[in-house]
Amino acid sequence: MSEKVLMCGNGAIGEGAIQAGCRHYFGYPITPQNELTAYMAERLGELGGVFIQSESELAAINMVFGASAAGARAMTSSSSPGISLKQEGISYIAGAELPCVIVNVMRAGPGLGDITPSQADYFQAVKGGGHGDYRLITIGPASVQELYDWTARAFYLADKYRNPVMILGDGFLGQMMEPLEIRKIKEPKLPEKTWALTGAKDRKANIIRTLMLKVGELEEHNKKIQNKYKRMEKELIEYEAVLTDDAEIILVAYGTCARVCKESVFLLRKEGIKAGLIRPITLWPYPSAIIRKISNNVRYVLTVEMSAGQMVEDVKLAVLGRCPVHFYGRMGGGVPTSEEIVKKVKKLEAHRPEDDQPLAGRHKGTKRKE
Amino acid sequence: MKRIFGRPRSMTNKPFHYCPGCGHGIVHRLIGEVIDELGIQDKTIGVPPVGCAVVMYHYFNVDMTEAAHGRTPAVATGIKRVHPDKVVFTYQGDGDLAAIGTGEIIHAANRGERLTTIFVNNTVYGMTGGQMAPTTLISQKTTTTPLGRDARLIGYPIKISEMLAVTDGTIYIERVAVNKPANIIKAKKAIKKAFQVQLEDRGFSMVEVLSQCPVNLAMTPQKAAEWIDNTLTKTYPLGVIKDKSGD
Amino acid sequence: MQRILAAGFGGQGIVSMGKMLACAGMKEGKHVSALPSYGPEMRGGTANCSVIISEREIASPFIAHPDTLIVMNQASLDKFSKLVLNDGLIIANSSLVEINNDIRTKTRVVEVPANDMAIELGNLKVANMIVLGAFARETGEVKLDFLKAALEKIFPPRRHNLILINVKALDRGFKI
Ligand SMILES: Cc1ncc(C[n+]2csc(CCOP(=O)(O)OP(=O)(O)O)c2C)c(N)n1
Ligand code: SF4
Ligand SMILES: [Mg+2]
Repeated sequence: MSEKVLMCGNGAIGEGAIQAGCRHYFGYPITPQNELTAYMAERLGELGGVFIQSESELAAINMVFGASAAGARAMTSSSSPGISLKQEGISYIAGAELPCVIVNVMRAGPGLGDITPSQADYFQAVKGGGHGDYRLITIGPASVQELYDWTARAFYLADKYRNPVMILGDGFLGQMMEPLEIRKIKEPKLPEKTWALTGAKDRKANIIRTLMLKVGELEEHNKKIQNKYKRMEKELIEYEAVLTDDAEIILVAYGTCARVCKESVFLLRKEGIKAGLIRPITLWPYPSAIIRKISNNVRYVLTVEMSAGQMVEDVKLAVLGRCPVHFYGRMGGGVPTSEEIVKKVKKLEAHRPEDDQPLAGRHKGTKRKE
Repeated sequence: MKRIFGRPRSMTNKPFHYCPGCGHGIVHRLIGEVIDELGIQDKTIGVPPVGCAVVMYHYFNVDMTEAAHGRTPAVATGIKRVHPDKVVFTYQGDGDLAAIGTGEIIHAANRGERLTTIFVNNTVYGMTGGQMAPTTLISQKTTTTPLGRDARLIGYPIKISEMLAVTDGTIYIERVAVNKPANIIKAKKAIKKAFQVQLEDRGFSMVEVLSQCPVNLAMTPQKAAEWIDNTLTKTYPLGVIKDKSGD
Repeated sequence: MQRILAAGFGGQGIVSMGKMLACAGMKEGKHVSALPSYGPEMRGGTANCSVIISEREIASPFIAHPDTLIVMNQASLDKFSKLVLNDGLIIANSSLVEINNDIRTKTRVVEVPANDMAIELGNLKVANMIVLGAFARETGEVKLDFLKAALEKIFPPRRHNLILINVKALDRGFKI
């Protein structure tokens, strides 16, 4: 094991990218991710890589398009308002099946909002913020070490599936400092990028495009990328389960909120309430199966987010009415505290599930008399 | 009529949030004085930038709207086309105007929009903590040019005023500074003229103001003011760049 | 587990204190986290940093009730003193902070005239290190030597000339 260093989340993302062999970074300053841009300026300067502070986020994402088309491991990072500007480029990158890594250190919106942490870009990340039927592999790390590990891994996944990967952090994760082990990242060897634009020497010209005018061609292309997404759903899902075996209630949260929820679970256990936590790490593809399975055994699920309730929709789709799904959220830079969550659970405890609406599939075999 | 100590009537009494020695406060005051002198407080509409001056609306008794970073001239265009009889100005930093908003400013100027732009060039991104701006000088150190700006890697200090001057829609463009009293007096005259060009319905007018951001230049306010004279004006010479107002 | 909230105004080296504590905790082989407040995009104003040093994995890096509150200015005391539990500790930079009897009867208070001591040492900027020295002695949570070692991590190489005065300040705070 190498020695650990104290590092902020933004720096850890940068170092993860460097370790994965990313030598092309394009970005435009925005708080709360500026440490990452500065880190890449410094490190890529040392390593003789390419760092460009672009004139806008729009330019940055298209520089990533170009670098990726040319075969390089490329990255851009921003925070919410800047990520909105990148959506056009992201749609093109996904359509052209180009690998790259996009980092969103989320801040509170809508609009200029402010620079405080938020998780309100979940929809934008996992449901497609740009136009067309596409998906981003979306990762929600919850510690400085995970930011490093997953950023490094993201480059591998991007290349493997020829798909953009989004690292979805938030202002607190970006600023928070924790020990980081800068470990070697070993990934299986991937095939050469024979599709990349390198000059048509002794081969047919490579073309990268999203315009498909021939009748049926675009539909076939869509089917192909949808099949790829299906494969990802089989191969990629990752989550952390905390004290779920005997849990009677389950919290679901990712990123910063999951850290808080973990503490809440410990606090609730101390008070004799059998709580557990599912922490999705891949936000797309979403760990629906495990949530579905657990929802058969618990009285209810409580989703906690720094938003008005976005991921909770995916939780509901997973649970499909097997048990009630509750929500607790803070917005505009508010971060739920472990005490608030405990209070919310206690309130739900006082309200027995029998009082809830009968739900399809819940009381199998028992007929309710109306 | 001239009030030495109080704020211009078109301004509020709210204290500025700017760092000590920052040029933004001076530029605000000049705009306020010009608005007073032209008697246009009740027909002026402002569009502040995303940058340190984002909450400029706190300091003026003038209608204002926020705009997305760099989209300032487009938003101002929308306002002016609804109210051609109003005086519409944008206030933009070098990041807002010369980086992310380059497209908007060029086309607003080229359309000859009857707008006045006050372009505050402090050679850095103040608000986000001192990154390179398109106007950062060669060899100037910023958080994203840790070894100093290298032209081979990231190009040259952009000369937006000169670029805009070649479009036919622009009537009046001048570069001024607010680093010392003599320059401040000239700056005010230029700002007044720029508003007058709009009042005469002539076309687009802009004043580029070389301004000091001591915090991110890592200089004392006094050193920063001297630096403008001794260094910055070598790349960005002061004076009228284009004036067709008499034509 | 030790939960420390350090607070003061911008420029007092609050985040550096947090980093130093976390680095020293790491050296002890413990789990650590340091969460700086980050204010609006403009500078100035107040700063604080939440540091946790723990034997077990840290779930949440947020601190509701600090075991130790380090306050470098009055506003921070007024804002955060209520959060400290009764068996907690307040370390105050008494050059700038006045503690009333109400707080004194509830919580253990250690007063360090850090600004005055720093000026004596010839550099106001090291007031934060004097307070850290006092923290190390009062709590025993981190070793003084580990704090000293952390200085090398906090200062970039080009500013290592400042380490000596900071070491002196740590010693000074430890000895009062
Ligand atoms: C789309 C978008 N990208 C980035 C930002 C972050 N941001 C805020 S102000 C600013 C630049 C400020 O620099 P400048 O325009 O020179 O104004 P100054 O603060 O120097 O006056 C940036 C990049 C943002 N708010 N929105
Ligand atoms: S950062 Fe610079 S531009 Fe912004 S308020 Fe401070 S001195 Fe002015
Ligand atoms: Mg600027």
